[in-house]
Amino acid sequence: MAPQTPDTDSRETLMSLQDVTLAFGPKVIQKGISFDIKRGSIFAVMGGSGCGKSTVLKSMIGLLKPAAGHYLVDGEDYWTSDPAHRQTVSRRFGVLFQSAALWSSLTVGENVALPMQMLTKMDPATVRNQVELKLGLVGMLHAIDQYPSEVSGGMKKRAGLARAMALDPDILFFDEPSAGLDPITSARLDDLILNLRDGLGATIVIVSHELPSLFKIADDGIFLDAKTKTPIAHGAPSWLHDHCDEPQVHAFMHRERETESGRTD
Amino acid sequence: MNSTDRGPEWSLEASDTANVIVLSGDWIAQQGHVPDFPSDGLRQARPGQKLTFRTDRLGRWDTGLIGFLWALKQGAAQAHLEMDADTLPDAAHKLLDLLPDRPAPAPPIPRRRFAPLATIGSLTIDSLTEIGTVTELGVETAKGGVASLTGRGRMRLTDLMSNIRDAGPSALLIVSVVNFLVGAILAFVGAVQLRKFAADIYVASLVGIAMVREMSAVMTAIIMAGRTGGAYAARIATMQGNEEIDALTVFGIPVSSYIILPSILSLTATMPFLYLYGSLVGMLGGFTVAIGMLSVTGAGYFHQTLNAVALDQFGFGFVKSIFFAILIGLTSCRIGLQAGRSAADVGVAATRAVVVGIVGVIALDAIFAVIATTIGL
Repeated sequence: MAPQTPDTDSRETLMSLQDVTLAFGPKVIQKGISFDIKRGSIFAVMGGSGCGKSTVLKSMIGLLKPAAGHYLVDGEDYWTSDPAHRQTVSRRFGVLFQSAALWSSLTVGENVALPMQMLTKMDPATVRNQVELKLGLVGMLHAIDQYPSEVSGGMKKRAGLARAMALDPDILFFDEPSAGLDPITSARLDDLILNLRDGLGATIVIVSHELPSLFKIADDGIFLDAKTKTPIAHGAPSWLHDHCDEPQVHAFMHRERETESGRTD
Repeated sequence: MNSTDRGPEWSLEASDTANVIVLSGDWIAQQGHVPDFPSDGLRQARPGQKLTFRTDRLGRWDTGLIGFLWALKQGAAQAHLEMDADTLPDAAHKLLDLLPDRPAPAPPIPRRRFAPLATIGSLTIDSLTEIGTVTELGVETAKGGVASLTGRGRMRLTDLMSNIRDAGPSALLIVSVVNFLVGAILAFVGAVQLRKFAADIYVASLVGIAMVREMSAVMTAIIMAGRTGGAYAARIATMQGNEEIDALTVFGIPVSSYIILPSILSLTATMPFLYLYGSLVGMLGGFTVAIGMLSVTGAGYFHQTLNAVALDQFGFGFVKSIFFAILIGLTSCRIGLQAGRSAADVGVAATRAVVVGIVGVIALDAIFAVIATTIGL
């Protein structure tokens, strides 16, 4: 099944996956994944539950080595490069995990401060200023001394976002940022992501199946199919919504139930 | 749905025009009376005729009825009978439509072949891999420790101090109670035998040497394996489940510097002192029993203890407790890092850490005993 894609983006390619296969032991999750992510874009990894979206993200942030294929960042193969280079590339990444994954024994402020304390030579006063700045950007300054268990789900996500920005990364990865959030908090988070892209010039990779959020923020993307375990469509979510005639993609984008024959009703 | 007081009943009325399933009574799963649809339940049905339903005497129903209808639907498919679900109550029809045509096939039962060589080979590879991983973790942690000592390390002092507080002062009470009782038990056992030879005073030697050389170090290590080792493994396993370890990995914050080094250092810093403290408390336990049971004076007991316990015995116990600390810290952290991501895995990791810690401490103590005998200590 050839992926459908409009190729109209002339921006420079920052990251590429080339014929990547992802597997846990003998169990293949996705195969034949190939796409480019342009610098400054918001790229969505879409698909139904259990299709392997988060696994693709795990591979892109260095937590899962592909069983086959290449992952290039600025033209360099991430997984075949030496660990020191890989570490340097990873420093450019900021990740917001699905569960926010805040370090539970540290306060919100300490969570943002830890990467700076462990990985940079910043003095304590600069670290404090940076922590206040990052938390201020996501509207979480008031919770600087609270522990993750003391804040709400939406606040955890925002704190996770502040931590993801701790080392001023130029590539941000978001795993289901809207999951478990009410529509208003989710919409605010979308605005925040757009502002970060526009303000910081970051490239953003977002894993999600929240359609309103995807239509609003993503300007490119890929659709993964759970049945064939391959990508079946490329393009911005809004473009896929209007033009893609793959039954699974059409059903997903139009929130329809897919029948066993592959048609939608 | 009409309310009736009758149990669930069904029957098949086959005629030349239709096969009618008559449903009556209450079909409530939790009441336990809902019948299973028999595999030959459609034997009397007329081939080629539709299967319809009569539900005018059907009372209350829940998923008990739907389960029956699902089995009936599969039976009808096997008998090549067309089923007219439109004659069912609308809600039951909708629920039945949600179900697949047949249940998922049972997964094949894995066949276990008798292959001793493959099993031994697999166990050997697993063991060597594990030894390699633990060694690598230990070396990474040691390098982090050296870097911290030279001021180039990434360990945070606040983490170390918080771990020391948990591993040290908080453990004093349980270390006191256990070692006092062990010293007292040793004195009891010794007193019964030594009194026969009028050698009461040697209870002091027995308790002193046993506590300083073996018991205090081993008992304190077992306490710490159960208390602190289990807690470390559970904490790290929980972090694993919450993606906190993934977050550290992505940032490039070494797990060895952030978690393992403070854990091992805090145990290494506190356990030798807990051992010394445990030795003294154990001797106090022995003293209490000796004064109460035997014709021994306090000064005599004290004097005999000083004569019997040489300083090198303390050194031996002190060194052992450092090795026990490293063993407990390293194995419990490794087990935590190796854990799965579910809540049950946290419990499994904590239990494994305690078991491995206790067995490891006793095995290591046996090795120390052999070494001490060999070098004549």
